[in-house]
Amino acid sequence: MLRARPSSTSRAQTRRGDQQQVRGPVPAWVLALVPAAFLLVFFAWPVANILARGASTDGLVLLARPQTWRIVEFTIVQAVLSTVLTVLVAMPGAYVLNRYAIRGRRVLIALVTVPFVLPTVVVGLAFRALLPADWIGSLAVILLAHVFFNYAVVVRIVGGLWGQLDPRYMQAARSLGATPWQGFRTVTWPLLRPAVLAAAALVFLFTFTSFGVVLVLGGPTTTTLEVEIFLRTAELLDLPGAAVLAVLQMLMLAVVLLVAARLQAGTSVAQRLRVPSARSLTRPRTPGQRALLGTVLGSILVLLVLPLAALVARSVRVRDGWGLTYWRALGSIDAGTTRFAPPLDSIRVSLQYAVVTAALAVLVGGLAACAVAYAGRAGRVLDAAVMLPLGTSAVTVGFGLLIAFARAPLDLRGTWVMVPLAHTLVAVPLVLRAVLPVLRSIDPRLRQVAATLGARPVRAWASVDLPLLRRALVVGAGFAFAVSMGEFGATAFLARSDTPTLPVQVVRLLSRPGEIPYGAAMALATVLMVVTAGAVLGAEALQGRGQAGR
Amino acid sequence: MRRVVVQSPPVLVAVAGLCALALAACSAASGSGAGTPSPSADPSLTAAPPASFAPATITLLAHDSFAVSKAVLAAFEARTGITVNVVTGGDAGQVVNKAVLTAGAPEGDVLFGVDNTLLSRAVDAGIFAPYKPAALAQVRPDLTALVSGSVGYAVVPVDYGDVCVNIDDRWFAAKGVTPPSTLEDLTKPAYKGLLVVENPATSSTGLAFLLASIARYGTSGWQGYWARLKANGVKVDDGWTQAYEGDFSDGGKNGRRPLVVSYASSPPAEIVYASDPKPTHPNSSVMLDGCFRQVEFVGVLAGTAHEQAARAFVDFMLSQPFQADEPLSMFVDPSVVGTPLPPVFTAWAATPTRSLSLPPAQITADRAAWVDAWTQVVQS
Amino acid sequence: MSGPVPGSERVVAALALREVCVGYGERAVLDRVWLDVAPGQVVTLLGPSGSGKSTLLQVIAGLLVPDRGQVLWDGHDLTAVPAHRRGFGLVFQDALLFPHLDVAGNVGYGLGVAGIGRAQASARVAELLDLVALGGYGGRSVTTLSGGEAQRVALARALAPAPRLLLLDEPFGALDRELRDRLAVDVRALLHQLGTPALHVTHDLAEAELVGDRVVHLADLARPV
Repeated sequence: MLRARPSSTSRAQTRRGDQQQVRGPVPAWVLALVPAAFLLVFFAWPVANILARGASTDGLVLLARPQTWRIVEFTIVQAVLSTVLTVLVAMPGAYVLNRYAIRGRRVLIALVTVPFVLPTVVVGLAFRALLPADWIGSLAVILLAHVFFNYAVVVRIVGGLWGQLDPRYMQAARSLGATPWQGFRTVTWPLLRPAVLAAAALVFLFTFTSFGVVLVLGGPTTTTLEVEIFLRTAELLDLPGAAVLAVLQMLMLAVVLLVAARLQAGTSVAQRLRVPSARSLTRPRTPGQRALLGTVLGSILVLLVLPLAALVARSVRVRDGWGLTYWRALGSIDAGTTRFAPPLDSIRVSLQYAVVTAALAVLVGGLAACAVAYAGRAGRVLDAAVMLPLGTSAVTVGFGLLIAFARAPLDLRGTWVMVPLAHTLVAVPLVLRAVLPVLRSIDPRLRQVAATLGARPVRAWASVDLPLLRRALVVGAGFAFAVSMGEFGATAFLARSDTPTLPVQVVRLLSRPGEIPYGAAMALATVLMVVTAGAVLGAEALQGRGQAGR
Repeated sequence: MRRVVVQSPPVLVAVAGLCALALAACSAASGSGAGTPSPSADPSLTAAPPASFAPATITLLAHDSFAVSKAVLAAFEARTGITVNVVTGGDAGQVVNKAVLTAGAPEGDVLFGVDNTLLSRAVDAGIFAPYKPAALAQVRPDLTALVSGSVGYAVVPVDYGDVCVNIDDRWFAAKGVTPPSTLEDLTKPAYKGLLVVENPATSSTGLAFLLASIARYGTSGWQGYWARLKANGVKVDDGWTQAYEGDFSDGGKNGRRPLVVSYASSPPAEIVYASDPKPTHPNSSVMLDGCFRQVEFVGVLAGTAHEQAARAFVDFMLSQPFQADEPLSMFVDPSVVGTPLPPVFTAWAATPTRSLSLPPAQITADRAAWVDAWTQVVQS
Repeated sequence: MSGPVPGSERVVAALALREVCVGYGERAVLDRVWLDVAPGQVVTLLGPSGSGKSTLLQVIAGLLVPDRGQVLWDGHDLTAVPAHRRGFGLVFQDALLFPHLDVAGNVGYGLGVAGIGRAQASARVAELLDLVALGGYGGRSVTTLSGGEAQRVALARALAPAPRLLLLDEPFGALDRELRDRLAVDVRALLHQLGTPALHVTHDLAEAELVGDRVVHLADLARPV
C-alpha cells in the first residue's frame, strides 16, 4: 500500500482519509513538556499528596448515604441548567458585541468581563440587595448568579471566533436563498460550534464546581459537591471522606471534558481567517438588527450592570442620604491595628499576582494549546489534563500545595510564589480554551507558503501563525488576569504576606458587624471592579493596536 | 471513512496516573513522621523565656479576625527585640486544620485561634509544644481548667466570648412585642418566622448555637428542639455574614428578621463601627439565656526553631497591654481576671451569668455526627 | 515530450523529475512521473481536476516527500533538501496572502527571512510591485484587494526572493476570462524577462497556451515508459 509522507522538515499536512492533522514546527511532545511538567509538579503531585492522606476505606461510607447522591444530582442539574441558560442568553451578546460597529464596543466588552472577577460573597450580597427575600435559596437565583458570572466567557470565546468569521459565507448562503436563520443554522453554526462547545465546557466546569455563589445564595436544598468537599476538608478534617468525594468529582468532570474535547476536535474546520478590520463590522441598520442590539443592551443592563450599580450605590449610601463616609473609612478602618491594610497596598499586591499569573498562564497555556492542536488524538489527554484543575476542588489543591511543598528543599510555603501558582492552575485552562479554536482554524497552507519563501519551520510558525494567534493570546491573558484579581478561595488559604489581596480584604471587612465595615467592603468592591475593568480595557486596547491594515 | 478503534479514554489514563502518584505519595508520607513530634530535649513546661533576646523573628499564625493595636505590638517588639510577623489565613477551623496537616514542619512559631470546639483535635494531633506560663495563675479558673489535665498546658486561654441570640429592640418595640428571653421561647408561635441561624456545618457561630442546644437539652433531646424550631419557621443561612448583614433587621438594610445568632459583643461593635455621629446606645441587645461560651487559645507550635521567642510572645498575650487591647480589637473578653474594659463594653456588652458549654473532647468526638443529625432534622 | 530520449540524459535540465510516485492508500496519484524543465523555460502541465497536479507541485516544492523517485535540480538530488532551502517559489490559486501583513509586508516576507536589510528590501518590494503593475500599493491592507490584485501580490511575493524556479498552481482559476488572459500574458512576459524557469499547472487549455512555452499533458507524464 502506497502512502505519501509529509516532508519531515517542512511539517506540511498529512492526509489520512478525510481528516487532516496539522503538524507544528516542533514535535508536539516537545511543546507539551512545559505544560505537562507544570501540571505534574504543581497539580498532580499536591493532589496526590492530599489524596494519600485520605487513603483509607473509611471514606467510602459516604457513598452509601443518599444525601451524597442528592448533592451530586443537584450539582449536575444546576450546572447543566446554568450552562444552557448562559449560552442562550449570551450568544446574542457575543454576536452583537463582536460583529456590530457600535460606539463604545470595547468598553462594553470590558464591562461584561468585570462580573467574572468579583468575589462571590460580594456578588451574593448585591443580588440579595436587589431581589425579594423569598427568591433567595431557590435554584432560580443560583442560575441568575451563574449567568451573571459567566456571561463574559461566552461573549469572549464565542464572540472572538465569531468576529473573525468571513462574512462572505453568510452572504453566499443568503444569495442562495437562505433566510437569516437558515443561514445561521447551516453555515455559521457549524463553523462556530467548536467555540460554543469550548465556552459551554468552561461554563459547565465553573458552575459544576461553583462554591461561593452556592454558599451565599443557596439554601437548605441547594448544596454542591464542592461545598461538601470544602466542609469535609477545611472544617471537619475528614480527609478520607473528602478524598472520596474529590475523586468522584474529578471522574465526573473528566467524562464530561472527554466528551466535549471529542466534539470539539471533530467539528473544527479550517477556514480562511480574516483579521477583523473596521470593514467587517456592520452598522446595525435594519429594524431587526436594531431590535437585537436593543435587546442585548437591555439584558446587559439588567443582568450585569444593575447588580454592579447596586454595589456602588451601597458604598455611597450613608445612614441619612448619600456621602463618602465609607470611602474615607477605607484609609482608617482598623488603622491602629495589625489588621489594617492600606487599600493601595492591597491593589498593588493584587496587581502583582495578576501580572505574574497572566504571564505564566499565557506561556503554559499557549504551549499546551499548540501541543493539543498538533498532536491529534493524543492531544486530548493533555487537553483534559489541563482542564482538571478547574474541576478539582480549590481546597483540595490548596491543601495539597501546602503539604506537598512543606519540606526543604522545596519549602515554598513562605514564598510569594504560591499564590500565583495556584492562580495559574485555574487560569491556564482559560488560555487553552481561548487559543485552541483559533489555532485550529488557521489555514496550514499559509505556513507552506512561508516555507517556499525560505522560512524555516519555526520561523514560519512564528511569523505566520503566531501573529494570527495574538488576539486569542491577549484574550487568554486578559482572562487569566481577571481570574487572578478576583480569586479568593485559594488565596485566603495560601497567602502568607501581611497584605491581603483585594478580594480577601473585602471578605474580611464583611465579616464584621457594623455599618462602616460593610460600607467599606462595598467601596473596596467598587475599587476591585474599576481596577479590573481598567485592566481588561487595557488588554483590549493593546491587542487592537498593531494590527496591520487598520 | 476508516473506523477508528477507541483506546481507553485518555482522560481516565490521566486520572489513573493521578492515583498512581497518590500511591507514591502515600509511601513517601508514611516514611516521614506526620504524627506526634518527639518531646524536645528542651526547657521544662514552666521555664520562662529570658527577658531579652538576640533579634529574632517569629511568625504568628492566626485566623482572619485576629487584631492587636500596632502600638501595643510595637512596644513588645521594642522591649524584647523580637519581630512578629502576623500571618492570617482563613477562619479558626481552617487555620487549625492547616496546622494539623503540616504538623512537624509548621508554617509558623505560634498559633492563635484554636477554640474550644477545635481544641481536642489540635491537641490530639500533637501540634503544640506545652508551656505553662506564670501568668496563667491570673487567668479565670474556669478557663484554666480547660487546659490542665489531659490537655497538659499545650495551649493557654487568651480570650473568651459568647455566642448568643441578638435581638433587634427597635423592631420589637415598634411591634409592641416582648422579645424572647429563653431558648425555649424561640419555639413559641409569638416568634414564628423571626429567627435566623447559621448552618453549623459551615459556620462556627452556627456550630456554637447547635452546641448550646445540645448542652441545654441533652444528647437525646436536642433534635426535638430543632424540630420545633423548624416548625416555627427558623431560617438557616450558610454564614454569619449572610445572616447578620443580610437577614438581620438591624444588620444590613434589607433584613426582615429581628432575631439572629451572633455574638454578645455585636451590640457594642455596632456602636464602634457606626458612622458619626455615633449613636448613644445600640439598637440590638443580647438574649442572655442559651449563650454558648467560646474560648480562644494560643500555643507554641511544636517543631519551631524559636521556642524561647515564641514563649515570650505567649507571655505577652497574657500581659495587661494585650489583654486590655482585646475588647476593641477583637471584640472579645480578656481571659485575665481584673483587666480593665473600655466604657462601651462595660455599658453595652452583656455577660451572661451562666453560659452553656460542653467538654472539648466530646465536641471533637461527636461533632460530625451531631452536624449530620442536625442536617437531617432541619434541612430535609 | 515525455520520458527520456536516449542519449539526452546529459542535457542539463534545470528541473528534472525521475520516477516520482505518490499514492494515498490504494490510489496511485502520481505514478512514475518523468519531467524536464529547461533553464528559462515555462512549462505548463495540463490536466483535469484531481489528476494530481497540486500534489506534483507540492513534491517539487519539498512540501511532500514522494514514496519513490527523485527531484533533481541541475543534476543534484533534492530529496534531502527541506522546502525552505530549495528556493522554489509557489503561487496558489487563492492568493493566500498573510492576513496580518500589508501588501509590502507580504511581498517583502521572503526578503526578511533571508535577512536582507530594510532599505534594500523595500527597494526590491517597490521594484516588484511596479513589475506587476501595482506600484504604490505597498501600504494597502490585503483584505481590501480585488482577486486580480491579490494574485498579482502573490506573484510579486513569490518572485521577490529571486527564486530559481516558480511553481504556479492554477493561479488564475479564480479570475474572470479577460483578466485571466491579460494576467497570463503579463506573467509569461515577466518570467521571460527575469529568466526564471517555471512550472505552471492548469486545467484550462487557453490559459496553458498563453503562459507556457511548452504544454505537456499530465496523463502523458503518468504513463510508464
